[in-house]
Amino acid sequence: MNGEMSVIVRTVTRLVYGLIIAFGFYVIMHGHLTPGGGFQGGAVVATAFALLLVAFGAAGIKGKLNAHLLQSLEEVGALAFLALGFLGIGTTFFYNLLANHGPIFGRPDVIGSNPGFLNTAGTLVWMNWAVGLKVMTGLASVVVVMLIGARKGEPE
Amino acid sequence: MKKAVVFTVLLFVGAFLLLSAVQMRPFGAPTNPLMDDYFISHAQAEAAANNVVTSIVFDYRGFDTLGEATVLFCAVLGVVALFRKLREDEV
Repeated sequence: MNGEMSVIVRTVTRLVYGLIIAFGFYVIMHGHLTPGGGFQGGAVVATAFALLLVAFGAAGIKGKLNAHLLQSLEEVGALAFLALGFLGIGTTFFYNLLANHGPIFGRPDVIGSNPGFLNTAGTLVWMNWAVGLKVMTGLASVVVVMLIGARKGEPE
Repeated sequence: MKKAVVFTVLLFVGAFLLLSAVQMRPFGAPTNPLMDDYFISHAQAEAAANNVVTSIVFDYRGFDTLGEATVLFCAVLGVVALFRKLREDEV
């Protein structure tokens, strides 16, 4: 059966994995407005990859999920996060340089309760994306590498 | 002798627990609300984000998050290094 699960699991996976990924990106995108953020959204996206792996097995995802590409993207996310931290080094490490002025996410937030504006929070948005990319690709590459290792170790 | 030691330790632990139960502050009351109040009243103006938790995680305590990201990086590195030998001829 080359490691894939029943037709029910595969059909449901085909239906929901796109929704899971979209929800994860929503959580990352609104990390500065609603509960959640880069770590949580990245973990949600990684569960979609894990679901694909569980449902289709190592043979089903061969050539679709490249572990080397995932690891490279993780390093890109980590370096982007570090660079964003160094952006405010003129004041302090991790100073929010872009908040409250400038066109990119620089709109001052309304004090008190408000519906939430996407164009606020300065570097927090970029950091959410960097950490989200890092977490989703990091966890996905862990799952991919462990699955390949487990499959290789099994007696044929 | 052994019984006496056990009894003494038990007595001290029991007294400690009883004392801390008696002196416990009311349920839900923070120990030191100075920092909490600062974040609640200043975070929206300083970090310009509605989500104060994200403001703390990425702005006020950004260095801590960097350490957290390093932990994840090391975990991924360890897993990849562990399973590296097993896939010489495949993928």
